[in-house]
Amino acid sequence: MSQTSSQPIDYNMKVVKQFTIMTIIWGIIGMSVGVLIAAQLVWPALNFDTPWLTYSRLRPLHTNAVIFAFGTSALFATAYYIVQRTCQTRLFSDKLAAFTFWGWQAVIVSAVITLPMGFTTTKEYAELEWPISILIAVVWIAFVIVFFGTLAIRRTSHIYVANWFYGGFIIAVAMLHIGNNLALPVSFMKSYSIYPGAIDAMMQWWYGHNAVGFLLTAGFLGMMYYFVPKQAERPVYSYRLSIVHFWALISIYIWAGPHHLHYTALPDWAQNVGMVMSVILFVPSWGGMINGIMTLSGAWHKLRTDPILRFLIVSLSFYGMSTFEGPMMAIKSVNALSHYTDWTIGHVHSGALGWVAMISIGAMYHLVPVLFERERMYSIKLINTHFWLHTIGVVLYIVAMWISGVTQGLMWRAVNQDGTLTYSFIESIQASYPFYFVRFVGGLFIVAGMLLMAYNVYKTIRSEKLRENEGKFAPQTA
Amino acid sequence: MSSFWSAWIIVLTLGTLIALMILLRWNMKNFTDVEEGESMGHSFDGIEELNNPLPKWWTILFWLCFIWGFFYLALYPGLGNFKGLIGWQSSNQDVRSLEESRLAVEQAREQGLNVRYDRERRRAEEVYGPIFQQYAQMSITEISQTPEALQIGQRLFLQNCAQCHGSDARGSRGFPNLTDGIFSWGGEPEHIYATLMTGRNAQMPAQLDALGEQGIEEVTEYVLSLSGRAVDRDLARAGEQKFAVCAACHGQDGKGNIALGAPNLTDSAWLYGGSRNAIAETLRYGRNGVMPKWDEILGEDKVKILSGYVLSLSPES
Repeated sequence: MSQTSSQPIDYNMKVVKQFTIMTIIWGIIGMSVGVLIAAQLVWPALNFDTPWLTYSRLRPLHTNAVIFAFGTSALFATAYYIVQRTCQTRLFSDKLAAFTFWGWQAVIVSAVITLPMGFTTTKEYAELEWPISILIAVVWIAFVIVFFGTLAIRRTSHIYVANWFYGGFIIAVAMLHIGNNLALPVSFMKSYSIYPGAIDAMMQWWYGHNAVGFLLTAGFLGMMYYFVPKQAERPVYSYRLSIVHFWALISIYIWAGPHHLHYTALPDWAQNVGMVMSVILFVPSWGGMINGIMTLSGAWHKLRTDPILRFLIVSLSFYGMSTFEGPMMAIKSVNALSHYTDWTIGHVHSGALGWVAMISIGAMYHLVPVLFERERMYSIKLINTHFWLHTIGVVLYIVAMWISGVTQGLMWRAVNQDGTLTYSFIESIQASYPFYFVRFVGGLFIVAGMLLMAYNVYKTIRSEKLRENEGKFAPQTA
Repeated sequence: MSSFWSAWIIVLTLGTLIALMILLRWNMKNFTDVEEGESMGHSFDGIEELNNPLPKWWTILFWLCFIWGFFYLALYPGLGNFKGLIGWQSSNQDVRSLEESRLAVEQAREQGLNVRYDRERRRAEEVYGPIFQQYAQMSITEISQTPEALQIGQRLFLQNCAQCHGSDARGSRGFPNLTDGIFSWGGEPEHIYATLMTGRNAQMPAQLDALGEQGIEEVTEYVLSLSGRAVDRDLARAGEQKFAVCAACHGQDGKGNIALGAPNLTDSAWLYGGSRNAIAETLRYGRNGVMPKWDEILGEDKVKILSGYVLSLSPES
C-alpha cells in the first residue's frame, strides 16, 4: 500500500548522523563514569577526597549520561530515521530538528557540569535543576512537533507500528517530565517541588518508573520494530499482537510507579493498585518480545553469521528476562526482600545494559553504514568481539548483583533466637564486596566493547564511499 | 478521600482493565480481511507485517493475570475507599498524633483487626519476651558476668548504639568512649541504666561573652594544667581566678559532677578533643550533648541487658 515515488526522497540524514555519533560518544562517557563509581564502591579512596569526584555526585551523572545522553540520543537518531523512512517523507522541519540536536546536547553538557558541582533536585533521574529542566521541556516539545509533524505529512497510508511506540513514548515523556518537575525556584540553581510529602514521592515514582516504561521501553520497542525485521529481512510476526501489546503496554505501564513505594507512607490502595498493574504488565511486555523474536522465523540461521542480528535478538531475550523479573519484584512479599538491595541495581542493569544498550548498539551498527553510504561496517569480526564482550559484561554484572542483593536482603531480615537482628548493616556491606568487584569487572568488559565500537565506526566512516547509484537511500519498493 | 476521587480511581482502574480485556478478545479473532499467516499488505520501507494469530499460551496468561488482578482488588484495599473483603491494612492510617495513633492501635487490637505491625509486634513479644525476662531478673552486675546475656547485649548494642558509639564502643568526637571506664553521668550499674532509660542532655554553656577572648585563653591554660599538661604558668594562674564559674558544675577541684554530667577535667579523656584549640572552642561556644532515651524503644528488659553489656566493657569489671 505504500506509495513509491520515482524520485529518491531527500531525507534529512544530517540530524540522524549527529545523534548517531553522539550516541556512541555519550555511551562511552556514561558507561565509563559507571565503571568509575563501581570501582569507588570497591576502593572508596578513588574519590580522592574531592567533592565533585564523590560517588554521591557522580552516580546521578552516570544515570543521566546513560539514560538521557546515550539512550535518548539513540532514540532521537532512530526516531528521526525511522519516521522518515517509514513515512517516505523528509522531516517536518529541518530547523526544529537541528534545534532538538543542539538543545539536547546543551542539556547534557549542563548536566555534566552541574551534577558534579552538587546542584540537584534530589529526585532520581530528574536531578537537573529548574533552568535545565525548562530547557528539556522546550527541546522535547520541539521533538513532539517534528515527529508528529512528519507523521502528518507522511506519504504512506498507514502509520507503521514502530512510530506508534515512538509517538507514545514522546508524548508520555513530555507529560511525565513536566508533571514531575513542577517546582518553585528560590534561586538560580535551587528549587522546591510543589508537591508535599507522600504526593511528591508518588509523583517522583510515577515519573521514575515511566522513564523506564516509556523512554527505556516503549521508545526502544519502536527501535526494535524497525531494525529487527530490517536486519533479519523478515516480515513482522504478528500485526494483531502488535496492536494488543502496544495498547496494553502503554495503558498499564503508567500505573506501575507505586511499586517503588511498597511499605512506605503511600496509602495501601495506591500500593496495591500499582502492584496489580505491575504484575499484569508482564504479559504485554512479553508480547513485544515474542513479536520481535518470532519475526526471526525462517531466518534463525542468520544468527550464526550476523553479529548485528545477534545483538538485536539477545537484547530481546534480556528484555523478556527483566520484564519477568520486574513484575515479580513488584509483588509486595518479594519486594520486602528485594527492595533497597543490589537486586534492584541488577534488575535495572539487565534492562539497561541487556535490553536498551544492546538494541541500541545493534541499531547503530545497522545505521552507520547506511547513513555514511558505506557497504558495511569496517569489521564484522570486531562487531562479533563487541557482542561477546558486552554479553559477558552484562552477565557478570547481573549475576553479581543478584547474589549480592539476595544476600543483603536475607542478612537484613535474619533474626537470632532472641529476636535481635543477626547482622549489623556493615556486615552486609562486607558480604557484598566480592560482588562489587565482579560488577566492576563486568563494567570494564562493557566499556571495552564500546571502545571497539567507536574504533569500528571511525574506520567505517574513513573508508571509501559507495559509488553513486549504489546509495542505500533509493526508496525501497514494496 | 472524598467519594468523587474514590469513584475516579475505581472507574479508571476497572475501566483500564476491562478495556484491555475487550481489546484482547477483539484481537483473538481475525477481524481483518487478510487470511491468517498472510501479509497485511502494508509495506513500510520494505517491512511487511504478517497477520499471525496471538500465541494461545500468551492469551491464556493474559486472562489469568486479569482474573488474578480482579481477585486481588476484591480482597485487598485498592479500589478507592473500598477496604477489601478481608479487612487487611498495613497500618493505622488517618491518625494525626502519637496519642491518636496509640489509641487507634489499642482499639484495633481490642477489635482483633488485622493490623500487620501490631500482629508482628505482639508475636515478637510472645516469643522473645520470656528470653529477655529471664535475664532481666538478674542484677545488672550479674548480667555483665553472664556470657549468654552479653551475647544478646552485644547484638542490641550493634543495632541500636553502634551508630554513635561505634561497633567497638570506643566512640568518637562528641560520642563517649564506653570502654575506658570513664562515665560523665556515673559508671555504677544504676547510673548506666538510668542513662539508657531516660536519656541525657548535657549542656556546656558558651563562655565567650562572659570571659572575653583573653579570659578564654587563660581558662584554657588552667584547664590544661588540671590534667598535668605543660602550660604557661602566668596565664593558668589568671585562668584559675576565673574558674569559679566553671566550678559550679565541674567542682572546685575540676573533678566533675555526675549529677550534672559535668566531665572530670583532671583525667586524659576529652569528649570534644583535648587539644588547646579544641578546649578553647568548647569554652568559647559551648557544647550540647544528647543521649536519646531508650525506655519506649527497647523497654526495661532490653535496657537492663544493654546496661550489663556496657558495664562489661569497662576495664574494672
